[in-house]
Amino acid sequence: MNLAQIQRAVFEVIRQPLTPSQHLRPRLPDGRSTRRIADAIIKPNARLASHERLEIYNQQYWFRILSSFAEDFPGLRGLIGVRRFDKLSVAYLNENPSHTFTLRNIGANLESWLRRHPEFAPGVHRMAIDMVRVEWAEIEAFDGQELPRISKEQLAGLSGDTAFRLQPHLHMLELAYPIDDLLFRVRRAEHSMVSNAVRKSAPRGKVRKASLPRAQKTYLVVYRLQDMVYFKRLTREAFVLLGALGKGKSLGEALQASMPKSPAKVEAFRKRVRAWFENWASLGWLAK
Amino acid sequence: MPANRFNGNSDYGVGIGLRVPHYRHIFEKKPVVSWFEIISENFMVDGGLPLKNLDQILERYRVVQHGVSMYFGSAEPLNRDHLKRLKALVKRTHTPWLTDHLCWGSVDGRYSHDLLPIPYTFEAARRAAQKIRQVRDFLEVPIAVENVSSYAEFHVSEMTEWEFLNEVVERADCGILLDVNNIYVSSRNHDFNPYDYLNSVSAERVAQIHIAGHSKFQKYLLDTHDHAVIDPVWGLYARAIERAGPTPTLLEWDDRIPSFNEVHHEALKAKRYFPAELKAAS
Ligand SMILES: [Fe+2]
Repeated sequence: MNLAQIQRAVFEVIRQPLTPSQHLRPRLPDGRSTRRIADAIIKPNARLASHERLEIYNQQYWFRILSSFAEDFPGLRGLIGVRRFDKLSVAYLNENPSHTFTLRNIGANLESWLRRHPEFAPGVHRMAIDMVRVEWAEIEAFDGQELPRISKEQLAGLSGDTAFRLQPHLHMLELAYPIDDLLFRVRRAEHSMVSNAVRKSAPRGKVRKASLPRAQKTYLVVYRLQDMVYFKRLTREAFVLLGALGKGKSLGEALQASMPKSPAKVEAFRKRVRAWFENWASLGWLAK
Repeated sequence: MPANRFNGNSDYGVGIGLRVPHYRHIFEKKPVVSWFEIISENFMVDGGLPLKNLDQILERYRVVQHGVSMYFGSAEPLNRDHLKRLKALVKRTHTPWLTDHLCWGSVDGRYSHDLLPIPYTFEAARRAAQKIRQVRDFLEVPIAVENVSSYAEFHVSEMTEWEFLNEVVERADCGILLDVNNIYVSSRNHDFNPYDYLNSVSAERVAQIHIAGHSKFQKYLLDTHDHAVIDPVWGLYARAIERAGPTPTLLEWDDRIPSFNEVHHEALKAKRYFPAELKAAS
């Protein structure tokens, strides 16, 4: 075996999910014995057999990625409950090993994966997808790029040809549920549990079914201001306009698309637009 | 501090790892610290709080970059995107030297996020040395590689770990970040005498030393960085200083992190082993 072959074989073994009692699985998915693979590659010592030495790395691999993943998606865990979340974590991470140098990106494929796997969120699938989108957007907003903002003078001198860029850290989410409320509730519940200091790492409870939100279209912006990540809900009208600007349309084109048909309503619309822009600029959303 | 070409001829003393729970103390109390070691990957981001905090640290303190994902020992080629991000950070910090581990951790672009031991073969030594040279040429900063703690050994190994370390650093003409806690952990896990290791390392290449605590399990030791340094590790440290001279030293404490003062106090114990004229300095 050359270096590449040894590394591929070892990696295949250590990235296999642990058994329920957190040990090395006896077999790979293709049926090969992990003990045999370990024996062929790893030297035993007086205290540990070859596969037991490899098991240390197998455990470390999973403990590390599971704890990082759990830190990123507390809202999803609160929504589906700890036991389902644990199963989901192993299944997702098994199919989606990390592809970048940083664990920050470990949840990057979770939304698309969960869309294909409703069985991990029975009864709350759509809500769970919304939750994942919000939690992932928070991660992206936290350390995304910030471009120079447009100034007040530039905002005053707007014309129909003006094109904006939205801040790269800003994420626009059209949600089926008001999931931001639920996320805050889960967080509050977690904090009060931690401060009681009784069961520091004990399983946290699941959100009660009766208290789950009803479906309600929600237009959410996740963004960063002065190093903190915030959520802001928009009306559909404002969301559509901001979205058009984000796609690179000029101000004129974007307004055209959302302008009311009835001439009587145009003046009020213009007023609203003016107020939105002032607000968006003050929140730093608009970049040159 | 004796300087050498592997640590950018710098005279850094005893530092500690920069960790988030200590930010507030550092920004408010502005303690005197010889230098901070940062984990490069934590700051290879596009914006936001991590970089803002780093810039605030850089205004007042000297910083050395330590990486955890270069994987010199992985058989696959280096990742270009990773190197570009790292170079941008090097320009920001002006790190006088840069360290990462002599280990592997990725296969076919998939990352283990662990520090896996390399089979000690000539093939692996050649490959690692070649990658170290590539990284140094790209980043234009001296490189020192760190020995890792390990829990497994390979049948194919053709030499001891210390022979392998020497083979790599001589081929790459690079420095060593000597982690004496890792030597201790591995010596217990693989039943060798840690002083055999220490006495064989090319002392003139030691650019930096790591000290840390670990955890003891029934059948092995685990490198957890969540304890104070134990006496046998201080013993190894004393011998390392005897051989390499007083060297930039850093205490790693990554889990169950106590207060800033506690960590700093523990780190400064290293000065006990410096020659008298240096004890007061730095
Ligand atoms: Fe270390």
